Amino acid sequence: MSILVNKDTRVIVQGFTGSQATLHSEQSIEYGTNIVGGITPGKGGQTHLNRPVFDTMAEAVSAVQPNASLIFVPAPFCKDSILEAAESGIELIVCITEGVPTLDMLDVKKRVDELGLRLIGPNCPGLITPGEAKLGIMPASIHMPGSIGIISRSGTLTYEAVKQTTDLGLGQSSCVGIGGDPIPGSSFIDILKLFEEDDQTEAIVMVGEIGGNAEEEAAEYIKNYVSKPVISYIAGQTAPVGKRMGHAGAIIAGGKGTAADKIAKLKECGVHIADNLVEIGPK
Amino acid sequence: MNLHEYQGKALFAEYGLPVSNSKVIYEAEDAHNACRDIGGSKWVVKVQVHAGGRGKAGGVELIDSPEDAVAFARKWLGKRLITYQTDASGQLVNSILIEECTDIAEELYLSAVIDRDTQRVVFIGSSEGGVNIEEVAKNTPEKIIYEAIDPLCGAQGFQARKIAKVLKLNNEQTKQFTPMLKNLMKLFIEKDLSLLEINPLVITSGGLLHCLDAKINIDSNAIYRQPEIAEMYDSSQEDPRESEAAKNDLSYVSLDGNIGCMVNGAGLAMGTMDTIKYFGGNPANFLDVGGTATQDRVSRAFKIILDDPEVKVVLVNIFGGIVRCDLIAEGVLAAIEEVGVKIPVVVRLEGNNADLGSEILSKANIKIESINNLGDAAKKAVELAQ
Repeated sequence: MSILVNKDTRVIVQGFTGSQATLHSEQSIEYGTNIVGGITPGKGGQTHLNRPVFDTMAEAVSAVQPNASLIFVPAPFCKDSILEAAESGIELIVCITEGVPTLDMLDVKKRVDELGLRLIGPNCPGLITPGEAKLGIMPASIHMPGSIGIISRSGTLTYEAVKQTTDLGLGQSSCVGIGGDPIPGSSFIDILKLFEEDDQTEAIVMVGEIGGNAEEEAAEYIKNYVSKPVISYIAGQTAPVGKRMGHAGAIIAGGKGTAADKIAKLKECGVHIADNLVEIGPK
Repeated sequence: MNLHEYQGKALFAEYGLPVSNSKVIYEAEDAHNACRDIGGSKWVVKVQVHAGGRGKAGGVELIDSPEDAVAFARKWLGKRLITYQTDASGQLVNSILIEECTDIAEELYLSAVIDRDTQRVVFIGSSEGGVNIEEVAKNTPEKIIYEAIDPLCGAQGFQARKIAKVLKLNNEQTKQFTPMLKNLMKLFIEKDLSLLEINPLVITSGGLLHCLDAKINIDSNAIYRQPEIAEMYDSSQEDPRESEAAKNDLSYVSLDGNIGCMVNGAGLAMGTMDTIKYFGGNPANFLDVGGTATQDRVSRAFKIILDDPEVKVVLVNIFGGIVRCDLIAEGVLAAIEEVGVKIPVVVRLEGNNADLGSEILSKANIKIESINNLGDAAKKAVELAQ
């Protein structure tokens, strides 16, 4: 088993004919991902990468029955595209694009939650189930089917963890980049829950970074609900405290958000900490 | 993106919020006329910098003659103000706000942020305004109210009345506060704010609410749809290398070590800094060259890193995802040649075609330490920096 995606997942690509979407869709198809078509308004009826192109998600749904969407549209149009997928009942929406305005995400997240759908991203590398399906921009070659579930807020840092688990022969059940934006579609906890229930996953690697308190919340969840071993690395242990503007951020964070705080909380909740980036795999 | 107080107050005025009569000056000679235009016999002069703690640092004064305004402007314009919120070199003062004086009866606190936990815009209010609000939050959290606003419904009257109770407003003030809250929320949404703070929000001796300060931060992801706000950008408030990097679409933060870092991805860049520190070194900067490390981007990144005279060695750490490492290696070599790098460079390439990339680097005429393991590469950089 794996989480969220496998070789049967029917993927529709939004913004299909753009250059980034084309590059990454080609690689996903080559990896064996079942991409059933794409959407680019104004280009409906054409064929791209041997797949049909539609003007609207509604047309795509009736023609090719996708159950997952992969979004590459530019940031100003992401709100529109995510909502189009959501209102069409697409169960899994993965938004790769970075730079989506935060206020757009407030509206989008509320609607996606109301509809009971799952959104991954934005500003993320996507997700992969090695050997089955790749919905994202990660390099396929570093992955290997195996037993480790990987969740990360960062892109290239995820690859580092993946590479280390591959080099050690452990491999990955699935890898999910939840993205580094203030309002992510899915949290660490959402994905931890799935890995805990997944038979193939024997251990979980959680890669976090400074800012917010997603890691602290995840730590609390792990303590109460996760029986599998969790290994964590927090990036930004040496990052300086930036110039602040006013007090509001400091008050709302309640003094949380530093790497030291996160590590202390994770240790307290029984999570194994990799002190150093190069030690994630060995741990 | 941060706004100056005077820019924030202009937005407040646009949204019908009570602010003082004021003028902004850029030349000391204009201070006299500004006071006369505002009228009255007492004024407040405030240096305009992107940092809090101005009052304690001497950047705010109460004056009673236009000559004093001129003297204050002469003293500060072109100088740097250092407060507990700035770094050691402070922030450049290139404008001064002159305001009519407000008689203050009470100082309150009001702000709004995008809260990650509730995933809402949250208003924060307290009856204890002024400089020590963080202490209030820590020691007497019951004196602070957090009120989340539904993104689709907007701010409602009951929420204003709820906050008003904690601010200890009387009935008249609550009536004044209700449209204020709605307008602040409207401003927050329409101008893509990520932070808004009024500290202090005062009650005047006449019993009315009045915004005495304005701190506003705009979501940089949304600047593309806020052309008027984009024009308010003041590059003098940023680190020159940081704003140069931003112009080149590179994310750079200057630090005080001597190992220059060039990494693709923000998380890996922080991870690389941590690794350097772990092996006893000190990073000179955070630099994310982005997903596509082309020769052009690498060249520009080298220029920015080498502009820092403290840098003794550069550590390049690229995890080639979609971009092949052999292409990155060629880009790095060409960039080193183009920029004329004189100090040692340690390159760690990993990912697609990493072997091919290392081979290209090892065959090059330029002296480069090519190390595939990040730990070893970081150790080498630390050694070379000593």
